[in-house]
Amino acid sequence: METLENLEELRQVDESTLARLHQRLERESEEEGLLAVAFREIDSPIGKLLIASTSRGLVRLAFQNEKREEVLDELSRKLSPAILESPSKLDKESRELDEYFRGERRDFDLPLDLSLSTGFRRRVLGEMARIPYGATSTYSRLAVAAGSPNATRAVGTACATNPIPIVLPCHRVLRTDGSLGGYRGGLEAKSTLLELESR
Amino acid sequence: MRPFEEIVREHGASVLSVCRALVGTADAEDAWAETFLAALRAYPSLRPDSSIRGWLVTIAHNKCMDLLRSRSRRIANETELTEDAGMQTRAAGSDLDLWKSIAGLPERQRLAIVHHYFGGLSHAATAAIIGGSPESVRKASSDGLFSLRSKITGGD
Repeated sequence: METLENLEELRQVDESTLARLHQRLERESEEEGLLAVAFREIDSPIGKLLIASTSRGLVRLAFQNEKREEVLDELSRKLSPAILESPSKLDKESRELDEYFRGERRDFDLPLDLSLSTGFRRRVLGEMARIPYGATSTYSRLAVAAGSPNATRAVGTACATNPIPIVLPCHRVLRTDGSLGGYRGGLEAKSTLLELESR
Repeated sequence: MRPFEEIVREHGASVLSVCRALVGTADAEDAWAETFLAALRAYPSLRPDSSIRGWLVTIAHNKCMDLLRSRSRRIANETELTEDAGMQTRAAGSDLDLWKSIAGLPERQRLAIVHHYFGGLSHAATAAIIGGSPESVRKASSDGLFSLRSKITGGD
């Protein structure tokens, strides 16, 4: 029926209009304090990264191998469904990560929101944050530092579930024999980061 | 509960076309923004089994009606709406004529068509917003389509 086809044409909305409206929504929801989580995607030498922040700070960094949809679902479930892609809210995080990957930054100067991590895992993240740029530690040494020398395996889990990798440098944690162990973003990403920091 | 970003991506375009058809292109973006702000405010406490589409179109409908009421002169003055609605459409010609024709329909026919064909709602869901029975919405929609078709093909 021709009239229906005509109506269908009127439903078409061009992408640039929607992008402009989205930006307006980002701005106004921020002004009204309605946005619980902002996120953006950035390019890096180890693939696309998704970064997310709350009003308290950077709350999540996800690697390309973690599916965008699953990451956003996790944030929605554990934090709030009031989530929008809002790149301008993550300018500083994005800039510092760029500088890090260019080898121009050794320490991050970013507020962090650790609410995706609790208890022992959170303590491990605190200890991990002290491992300096270019250095490495081991799962067992970190267990000792976190006050539970027998908890090497739990340290491994804390690393594997680190919500803010790279910024909280679980890539600097190796096995006692010097082998890489595991990495949320894949072992290739782990080697690339270690290589970058050894330059 | 799905992240709100996905809701915006999935329904942003259809909500905009509903707003365009109800308040005209010039004010549609204000209506769209108010709709999604109100939706974001209410979303975290929305019942998980709600129909997102029906919920959004209801909010858009109410925001559009507010906008129209706040400019009450417009309600009595269909011609202004008609011109606004046609002003910023992509192609001039037939699109423009169609916007004009939709804007010129009696309100109930217009709402029935807009919510069903632009908002993607069933006649029953449309009836829940604009009142009346699903059957009466179906009739309003088909009368409206008939009227549109004769305007388009009649070339007036």
